[in-house]
Amino acid sequence: MVSLIEMPQTLPQQLPRQNDRPADETDEATIMIDVRDVDFAYGSNQVLYNVSLDIPAQAVTAFIGPSGCGKTTLLRCINRMNDLIENARITRGTIHLGGIDINAAQVDVVDLRRRVGMVFQKSNPFPKSIYENISYGLRIAGVKKKSRIDEAVEKSLRGAALWDEVKDRLDTNALGLSGGQQQRLCIARAIAVGPDIILMDEPCSALDPIATAKIEELIQELKTQYTIVIVTHNMQQAGRVSDFTGFFYLGRLIEFGATTKIFTNPAEKRTEDYITGRFG
Amino acid sequence: MIAAPTKRGRFFERIVFWMFRLGTYFVLLCATYIFLDIGIKGGRTVFTKAAPFVNLKFLTEPPQTLYVFDYQGKKMELSDREFRAWKTTHKEDVDATSVAYSAGGIWPCIVGTALLVIGSMTVALFIGISAAIYLSEYSRDTRFIRFIRIAILNLAGVPSIVFGLFGFGLFVIFFGWNVSLLSGWFTLGLMVLPAIITASEESLRAVPQGLREGSLALGATKWQTIRKNVLPYALPGILTSSILGIARVAGETAPIMFTAAYAMRDEMPWQVSHWTNFFFQGVMALPYHIYVVSSKIPQNEYTERVQYGTAFVFLVVVMLIALTSILLREKQRRRLSW
Repeated sequence: MVSLIEMPQTLPQQLPRQNDRPADETDEATIMIDVRDVDFAYGSNQVLYNVSLDIPAQAVTAFIGPSGCGKTTLLRCINRMNDLIENARITRGTIHLGGIDINAAQVDVVDLRRRVGMVFQKSNPFPKSIYENISYGLRIAGVKKKSRIDEAVEKSLRGAALWDEVKDRLDTNALGLSGGQQQRLCIARAIAVGPDIILMDEPCSALDPIATAKIEELIQELKTQYTIVIVTHNMQQAGRVSDFTGFFYLGRLIEFGATTKIFTNPAEKRTEDYITGRFG
Repeated sequence: MIAAPTKRGRFFERIVFWMFRLGTYFVLLCATYIFLDIGIKGGRTVFTKAAPFVNLKFLTEPPQTLYVFDYQGKKMELSDREFRAWKTTHKEDVDATSVAYSAGGIWPCIVGTALLVIGSMTVALFIGISAAIYLSEYSRDTRFIRFIRIAILNLAGVPSIVFGLFGFGLFVIFFGWNVSLLSGWFTLGLMVLPAIITASEESLRAVPQGLREGSLALGATKWQTIRKNVLPYALPGILTSSILGIARVAGETAPIMFTAAYAMRDEMPWQVSHWTNFFFQGVMALPYHIYVVSSKIPQNEYTERVQYGTAFVFLVVVMLIALTSILLREKQRRRLSW
């Protein structure tokens, strides 16, 4: 079994920070996720057509597009969450992560998901204490030492800008937190296991503007360490938080490039129409 | 203009309403009658006027034969043991009527029922939860799985006497376990299995999918996810269903008639020569005892005492077991609610 952890190709800590550079130097950026010619179908219903894109390391990449255009499906391909859905599969093409084909038979999906964290649209804290929520991922990975778990819990909560709000009530049920806090808890939970990539599926869709602003701020901080892929319906949000943007329409990737370019000078007419609100 | 309801319409409305209301009251009436009848008549056996107010003899002694006879114009009612002691001191011959099982108590039946319930629920919950996890978490919707579901539904409709005969054929005869606790456990366990599987599967499905995905996304394996993040939340629901299962297991007579129950046994279940024999002994049980004392022995004024007393104790035991599982469930629920 090939472990992704042992792969020399994935070295996110040593990668340069993409956002220090001019954003349009995409071709020179270190590529974290390489999506190549992907077709995807739920049974006989094809939802992705020939999608290819390179997601750079330590940057925020946003997927935008109208509902049902396949952006969430592609996101869930990256940590193979679609394995859970019956008859759903990639029918053509590959996704490489740090040079490894993640759909190869010898890739351990558990290992993959540990490296590729996910934050869901509907915040899903476990009905356990805040502490147990954060330590969950470490516990199942076999970490037993209390001091190490304590340390990781504090570090992840600080990382998700939640520590000061919850440090006095780590033993209370996580469902007692507000919606925004719950979503940040889910982010903290994801970073506790030390992933390289964090996938976010419309993380702010159920949140008010203040909670949304906090999460967006957090994303900006997180991208110094993690590669972030975010699906969003909110174009302003994509413009604010992302370095790269992919526009999806009817299962096809219409345009992919630096966010500044997509938003100011899109190559495709459909992209421009969507961004200016003419449809979608 | 909005029309007022017609007289006829209003009358009809009334009739329907009263029909529903009377239907509900009828249930209440029946329940009250049964509980009062058993409570009053059984209470006479179980409770006493003097301290300690509970007939400890009835609760802690095995059943004995009652001897009734006239002695010097006085009516004597003595249990087997008392009668023998009496005979050693009084040398004369008396013409005593013997009434089986009507003296002494029902302690072995209480113990036997408790053992049957504990064992069969363990069997049923273990197999039932395993099957429910397989059906809800692992299996895909194939023709074979649909066939399994139909089989489970059909199993739920099988009469309990058929389960009894099945258990007799398979466990008692074929496996050679004889009339034993083990045969009874499996027979009763199989009887409640469909209910447990169905309810457990529903409880598992009621756990939000987001919790599974959240756990898997953190790098948990499927089994880790089920064990730590699905099953604990489904347990209160599973326990609720098992309460009904307990009442059924404790109450059924037909399945244990041929597989586990003895009409009379002198040793208590723990009086076995070797611990493995524990599983291969028959026991007395409350429902079977009621059946025996109310249909297998000649009825007279002396048999009512033990019949109603047993029924009363039986109701209390089932209620106590149910109460325990309700408390257990509430404790689980408080700990894990969303």
